[in-house]
Amino acid sequence: MTNLRTDVSVPPPGTVGYPGRRHAASATGEKKEIKLFSGFAHVALAIWGLLVIAPLIWVILASFKSNTEIFTHAPFSLPSKLSFETYKTAWTEAHIGRYFMNSVFVVALSTAGTMIFGSMAAYVLARYKFIGNRAIYYLFVSGLAFPVFMAIVPLFLILQNLGLLNTYTGLILVYIAYSLPFTVFFMTAFFKTLPNHVAEAAIVDGASHTRLFFQVMLPMAKSGLVSITIFNVVGQWNQYLLPVAIMQGQGADQKWVLTQGIANISVSAGYQANWAALFAALTLSILPMIIVYAFFQRQIQSGLTAGATK
Amino acid sequence: MKHGRYPFIIGFLIVPVAIYGTFVVAAYLQAFQLSFTNWRGFSPDVQYIGFDNFTKLFHDNTFWKAIQHHALLLVFMPLVTIGLALFFAFLLNVGGGSRGGRTTGVWGSKFYRVVFFFPQLLALALVAVIFARVYSPDESGLINGLLHQFGSGPVLFLADKNLALWSIMAVLIWQAVGFYVVLFSAGMGSIPTEIYEAAALDGATRGTLFFKVTLPLLWNTLQVAWVYLGIAAFDAFALVNVMSVDRGGPDGATTVLGLEIFRNMQDYAQFGYASAMGVVLFFLTLTFAALTLRVTRRETVEL
Repeated sequence: MTNLRTDVSVPPPGTVGYPGRRHAASATGEKKEIKLFSGFAHVALAIWGLLVIAPLIWVILASFKSNTEIFTHAPFSLPSKLSFETYKTAWTEAHIGRYFMNSVFVVALSTAGTMIFGSMAAYVLARYKFIGNRAIYYLFVSGLAFPVFMAIVPLFLILQNLGLLNTYTGLILVYIAYSLPFTVFFMTAFFKTLPNHVAEAAIVDGASHTRLFFQVMLPMAKSGLVSITIFNVVGQWNQYLLPVAIMQGQGADQKWVLTQGIANISVSAGYQANWAALFAALTLSILPMIIVYAFFQRQIQSGLTAGATK
Repeated sequence: MKHGRYPFIIGFLIVPVAIYGTFVVAAYLQAFQLSFTNWRGFSPDVQYIGFDNFTKLFHDNTFWKAIQHHALLLVFMPLVTIGLALFFAFLLNVGGGSRGGRTTGVWGSKFYRVVFFFPQLLALALVAVIFARVYSPDESGLINGLLHQFGSGPVLFLADKNLALWSIMAVLIWQAVGFYVVLFSAGMGSIPTEIYEAAALDGATRGTLFFKVTLPLLWNTLQVAWVYLGIAAFDAFALVNVMSVDRGGPDGATTVLGLEIFRNMQDYAQFGYASAMGVVLFFLTLTFAALTLRVTRRETVEL
């Protein structure tokens, strides 16, 4: 894993107390230049920071306003009164509570499934020699090269044939299936780096292959598992195309996940929309992300960038 | 210990391979097969029509519009995103000047990184809903609300044919920049500070540092970034589906292949035709990735 910090703690010998002549001569001018540059850097960074935060703050502010207030008041004006009426509407009439729980349910099961099956397959592929090992590995990894859009029509038909269309089982199995390529790819690489002597010692002690995996190898792979779990949770929580394709038909709106539910409020809202309730719904789905991020931002950053740095 | 080896291997592989085979491998194989049929989901027997779907695609205006949009996204989205991300990452890592002979990041760089990265955590569908409101054509929108304060007329971001795609692209960039700032920062962090110091001692300016030291050493990361962003440029489905006026409008000005595939499948039940588009999309993505890796290949600088 890459270290996200920039500091190298101790300057190597030979660099300290060895200022170049040019360096010393223009020290004051350079200081000024640094200050100027650093000031400029702060301005540029602050502007982007503002651009990132502003829409989110605006959403939260608007969620407390009435519909007329949203139209007549300045975008960043404070709401005239603090009322949670819009949140009640979002929760009960727009069913945000239900969609949220659906998402939690689906992602909990599908991520658990992805991690269990993904690391089982990766472990065997990384540490056992057998005929067809490479073939199966490349079969999994080749999945990374295909766009999901290409599979969406046949996938729809396959689920229909299996009677899994518009079911949680179908959605969860599909989430697992489409998360496997990256999970297997990453975890195979990870299991390969684990030392052999621990495994050998366990075998000498009479551990079975299955015990060796669950009690010795999995705990040793913890840091990799954490990264990929985060990667999968975020990816599956944010999935939009797959649920839209799969969760349709009669009574489907009861089973929608959060992304689908919110997108639907926005699309179907039209002109007599209750925008305030939509903003409340948005706030309800953004806030948990902010809270989780505040606690785990380091792990989340390294988990999500794991794919690009490997 | 040889005993029980194969039952164990099979036992561990059977479920993942079965799930993957059913929903991924079978689906991709069928996509190729379906693309040569005119199947619409009613008749039990499937009729093969050779390359007819592809010829039809070739004469389909909407298809070419979608391709054009992907081309625009493919050029400008990675360019702007990587440009901004590199710029910010450079400021964060070496913007603070040298302290005791070594270059440091600006004060509060950790805070900036945390804030910049956050949009990456939000679902694109959610981001799309937020920006559909931000771009709202009346005073209820964030931008037009502000413009109204200054007495400016409303800008029809999503309803103006010439503006719609660019407005959607801006949202993709808004979301992506933070991710690449973190990625590039990690890359810059692994460049030994002695190199910077040595260059600074030789009188290198910040610009020289950036172009002669940082950029070459980050080449591999940049390559990855370009491929990632390119693949994202072939998607954009969630944003277009949620944000655009009558899905892909106005007048097809924002449509993308993903949306056309979806529409042909859901609205017209043209399973064969939709699959043909999927196959084309696959070859486009593959060609792009292969080309990028080939064209941008150069000697990596080993540290």
